[in-house]
Amino acid sequence: MKQGQFELRKEFFADERPENLNEIGKPTRRQDILGHVTGRSPYFDDHLFEGLLHIRCARSPHHHARIRRIDTSEAERMPGVVRVLTGRDVPRNLNTLLSLLDFGIDDEPLLADRKVGYKGEPVAAVIATSEAAARDAVKKVRVDWEVLPHVLDVEEAIKPGAPVVLDIYPGNKFIYHGKYDHQKLRYGDVEAAFRSADHVVEGRYQMSPIEQAPIETCGAIAAPEVNDRYVCYTSTQALFFSLGTAAKVLTTPSSRLHFVGGTVGGGFGGKVDSIHEPIAVLGAMLTGRPCKFAWDREEEMQVGAPRGAERWYIKDGVMRDGRIVARRFTGYFDSGAYTRLSSYAIIKGVGHLPGPYTIPNVYADVYCVFTNRTPATAMRGFGITGVDFAIEAHMDKVAETVGMNPIELRILNAYRDGDMKAHRRVAKNCALIECCQVVAEKAGIALSPAARAASSLHGGGGERAQIPAYTATDGAGRVEGYEGGNYARKGGAKRPDGPAPIAVPPTAPRQPAYAAPMPTYAAPAPAPQPAHRPEPPPPAAAPGPARSGPMRFSSLSGFRRR
Amino acid sequence: MAKKPVTFTLNGAERAAFTEDGENLLELLRRGVGDLTPKYGCGQGTCGACTVLIDGEPHLSCLVLGEAAQGRRIETVAGLAGATLHPLQEAFMTHFAAQCGYCTPGMLMSAKALLDRNPRPSRADVVEAISGNLCRCTGYEPIIDAILSVAEGRATA
Repeated sequence: MKQGQFELRKEFFADERPENLNEIGKPTRRQDILGHVTGRSPYFDDHLFEGLLHIRCARSPHHHARIRRIDTSEAERMPGVVRVLTGRDVPRNLNTLLSLLDFGIDDEPLLADRKVGYKGEPVAAVIATSEAAARDAVKKVRVDWEVLPHVLDVEEAIKPGAPVVLDIYPGNKFIYHGKYDHQKLRYGDVEAAFRSADHVVEGRYQMSPIEQAPIETCGAIAAPEVNDRYVCYTSTQALFFSLGTAAKVLTTPSSRLHFVGGTVGGGFGGKVDSIHEPIAVLGAMLTGRPCKFAWDREEEMQVGAPRGAERWYIKDGVMRDGRIVARRFTGYFDSGAYTRLSSYAIIKGVGHLPGPYTIPNVYADVYCVFTNRTPATAMRGFGITGVDFAIEAHMDKVAETVGMNPIELRILNAYRDGDMKAHRRVAKNCALIECCQVVAEKAGIALSPAARAASSLHGGGGERAQIPAYTATDGAGRVEGYEGGNYARKGGAKRPDGPAPIAVPPTAPRQPAYAAPMPTYAAPAPAPQPAHRPEPPPPAAAPGPARSGPMRFSSLSGFRRR
Repeated sequence: MAKKPVTFTLNGAERAAFTEDGENLLELLRRGVGDLTPKYGCGQGTCGACTVLIDGEPHLSCLVLGEAAQGRRIETVAGLAGATLHPLQEAFMTHFAAQCGYCTPGMLMSAKALLDRNPRPSRADVVEAISGNLCRCTGYEPIIDAILSVAEGRATA
């Protein structure tokens, strides 16, 4: 089988990879393995400091509450306590994780001082000579709470009158580009296709939040250096992210921060949030002593940001023979109490719809919803994995409805080279059909001769490369009143109102025909087409000209561009 | 807080340290005598990253009081290699039995305890021996293969 897979690679990726690959099938040692087996790999906690202080946070017992007063006086008098930090001690106590990429509005305090939005949100940080002393003193931090009604369900959260999680987002929805309360995908006309379909199949899919659960908990140790700098050993997965975040919230030039990382005891996405580094450095700044701030296992599980939960509604229009002619998504991504990375996860997710299938009519509205749950963050394919679960579960439901083998249904609908995707980009290097054929063979499932003969290389393009003659668009979801702090606005000319322009499909050298068709749609007087290539995500994200933001969005969203 | 002196052998060498009330052996080893090879993963005895051998038996050092080390013989990964690496260390390297490496010291000590008392374990014995050691990266199979490859009488796993 190995040989067969190798041949497959040569066939499908011949233009991409050199022929002299010789690594597969040959054991290769990790460059860091000697440190691992001798116990010498330097994780953040493997740096000893004389006089190390320990930081632990006092946390909200409520899902949602206003802070009337924080009284740290009793905690400060506890044995071993050196100092107690609150939000007042943080020079710039408001941040959003992606602000370094100029994406999103600062929404989250390092230490909450006015309000808490989730159970376990930190309100004070006790610095003490031992972890036990810090633990004891945390119990003595007195907070006068005004408990507020809370909302834990994404669809409850967006109903009128729901408790407002973040004052800057009164509808409990993240606002994209300063003016859209969701991400949209419009391709063709799903409603017309539903009317002509033989079956309409609907499903609701709900994922749970998932904790990354690294064996090493998140943490950092910071200490003053003699040159007016601070060294910080950290478990972060994103060293320069953490460095930039610490510099921002501590209003300190990053040249004063000497960050050391790279040895991570398991991350899986959960070590990007850059919470520990600024608190540890702040502790070192205010006490002049080395400070360690690390979660224990309970905190890792309870307040460590998980993969966000997602709820998806999928409606497919299907013909009797199994062809899916329309697919409509409504998605709600549970961001928890703050934005962190969820707004970005949704952009990834919408860029992934409708899954690896050529469907001529696609529609999606996907919302980033704030609830009073633990904020969500990165985890292994976040933004993709959840909706893939929904899509593939739904494919099985469709197969059952039309009485078809689920693998054959996938082969029938799979992208083939040359097909136009719902994002108006041409599919290439497709391999789902071949994957399905191998899976069927391994699972001992007999495929029909047609499914066995199918190939990603053949049958694509042609009509399947055409952008629908008509795309139903709408202006729903536009909001007003969001001006600053948004990457789309920065340096870009304001576009006229109206539906976003549909981007020109890229030229595909192997399939020149695809470059030709221009979309026609009913939108009144769209803005002039930008000259450069379209940006993911599609309609809503079409960029204004001459953007001067710090980073192109394609880089942020990780799309490879060739 | 009362400090108590404790003496014990660590990887064959005599050591003395002060321990505080309630301090566990993991902290005593790491901060007290500077052996950083046992790792903190949970502090609750559920992950196995802090596994050390006490008088040859595997123990979770986060659940053992520092003062209980008095007079005991303690082994950690820091003492596993002599002039050359221990065969288990070599096997973990060649079998790709570590990714992030954080569980590896605990895995190695559980494996050593197994092989010390049973040089020819079955696969089930190996699974049982590391059942208290959580790994979030490799999925265990390479670890099991590595340990079996060291077991006496087995040329390969």
